[in-house]
Amino acid sequence: MEAIIKVSHLTKTFRELTAVNDLSFTVQKGDVYGFLGQNGAGKSTSIRMLLTLIQPTSGSIEVFGYNLQHHRKEILRNTGAVIERPDLYKYLSAYETLQLFAAMSSVKLTRQQYMDQLELVGLAQRANSKVRTFSQGMKQRLGIAVALVHNPELIVLDEPTNGLDPQGIADMRNLILMLREKMKKTVLVSSHLLSEVEQIANRMLIIDKGKKLVEGTVSELFHPDDTVVLIETTNQPACEELLRNSNYATQLIGIDAAGIELKLRKEEVPVLTKMLIENNISILGIHACHSLEDYFLKITTANQHVEPFKN
Amino acid sequence: MWSLLKIELFKVFKRPRTYIAFIAVWAIVSLIQLAIYVDGPKYMDFVLRDVKESFDVIGDPLNGYFVCFVILQTLLIHVPLLVALVSADMVAGEANMGTLRLLISKPVSRTKLLLSKFFASAIYAIILLIWIAILGLFLSMVVFGTDGLINAKSYEIIILNGNDVFWRYLCAFGFAALALITVSSLGFFFSIFAENSLGPIVATMSVIIVFTILTTLDIPLFQSVKDFFFTTHMIGWKGFFEMKTDAEGMSIPGTIRNLPAVLRSAGILLLHILIFTGSAIFIFNRKDVLS
Repeated sequence: MEAIIKVSHLTKTFRELTAVNDLSFTVQKGDVYGFLGQNGAGKSTSIRMLLTLIQPTSGSIEVFGYNLQHHRKEILRNTGAVIERPDLYKYLSAYETLQLFAAMSSVKLTRQQYMDQLELVGLAQRANSKVRTFSQGMKQRLGIAVALVHNPELIVLDEPTNGLDPQGIADMRNLILMLREKMKKTVLVSSHLLSEVEQIANRMLIIDKGKKLVEGTVSELFHPDDTVVLIETTNQPACEELLRNSNYATQLIGIDAAGIELKLRKEEVPVLTKMLIENNISILGIHACHSLEDYFLKITTANQHVEPFKN
Repeated sequence: MWSLLKIELFKVFKRPRTYIAFIAVWAIVSLIQLAIYVDGPKYMDFVLRDVKESFDVIGDPLNGYFVCFVILQTLLIHVPLLVALVSADMVAGEANMGTLRLLISKPVSRTKLLLSKFFASAIYAIILLIWIAILGLFLSMVVFGTDGLINAKSYEIIILNGNDVFWRYLCAFGFAALALITVSSLGFFFSIFAENSLGPIVATMSVIIVFTILTTLDIPLFQSVKDFFFTTHMIGWKGFFEMKTDAEGMSIPGTIRNLPAVLRSAGILLLHILIFTGSAIFIFNRKDVLS
């Protein structure tokens, strides 16, 4: 496999704050690479370093086999990006916006080609409308068209679903899947939503406080063996004793006031439920979630700034 | 570079804000012209109050050249504000809109990007000046006609022949372009530090106002440094309306009294442009774009 992006020991510090800490990862050709982390985890800083908006404190970035610092122009000529919000010139039309950014990449297209680009993102009908009249979703799609206008091999999307309504999110998801399947682009997409990344990416990386936590293929990371089940009962000691004396003893991973946690295969959940009922354990609830989701949720909870409201 | 400059000019002239300056200039010039058209003779009497008793004024001193001189003296104090409106917005406005990060992620060097923006703001300043020339000089020439120009100063009165004025205006407008580009480069310099254009506009105008006050204050401490202020040299265009005199004290038409001083002022303004723009490029090339 050909590595499109190779990030090695990337670090960025802003005075006392280390936003990105010794981060290394590789994006292969044809990947939709999910870059996952909470707000403030260091995703945007990493992406900005990748697009030369921010200078790294240390480490190196190679894109298409070239060092970014020395071959900035060649790399950016083959890279398209939407960075955070889809901010574009409000006083220009969608068509003029595409023309302007194509010219910035030294590309000149025919009117039909511009219209095809707008058609691709569902904006052909609004080609002559000013950007100021667009909804957030339309701006985001125009942002994608801008990123694609010079036909780059690599597309970098920083939180592309931020601020979008459910339909906008679905549109964006379909666009990203189309970029991968139909246009054979390599896409690096950052998000703070695990479910979002799970649906579009084939490989992913989770970062927190600027550090890499997990990296791998989505199929590996979302392996069906890795389901975490939380059992809530009215009689937790009895339930615990039952489980310790059963085949599930080795799968117990946590017992606390919230309930009893087990790690097991998804299809084992109904069997476990049946066993508990047969042994007269009153079940208040059984929650099954993927261990990665659980893991990500734990990171999220660890960074909780406001205590949950209890009535 | 040319392609980038075209893009920047396209953006500048697509923005409605750009035309505020053109409308403001039109309004001010029209009001001055109307006032002179209605009350011009009274104003002229006031200007020539000390001369009239000693000299006979032949011809019509209230002509297009005189009107343009009044307009220039009035406008060249306010036009820097209008120029700063655009130049201070060149980078800060992009940061505010969020488009700066998109521009920097394109395959163009930051130096070229910044230079194209600086040249676009300089071209804007020149076009604004041409607009002033069209309304202030050419329209005044049409409405009020042409004749000799009376340049009344507190300690002397210079009378220029009608056929010795037009070229002086061309030179004055050229010099004023340099002065406005200096203001433009200052606004541009402040623009790279801010994420909205209000700060750089206020900063530019504050510098101009403070330097102008320090220049006019008759305090020895400031007198020694005022030569380093670009504001001191911005009014150098007036030098084109002064003539050399011969041994008998008679004015020599077609001459400029102190051309080296005018050229020196132009050189100092040019140096300021280079310093402001060069510093902006140097700092911006090392800046993390976080907007």
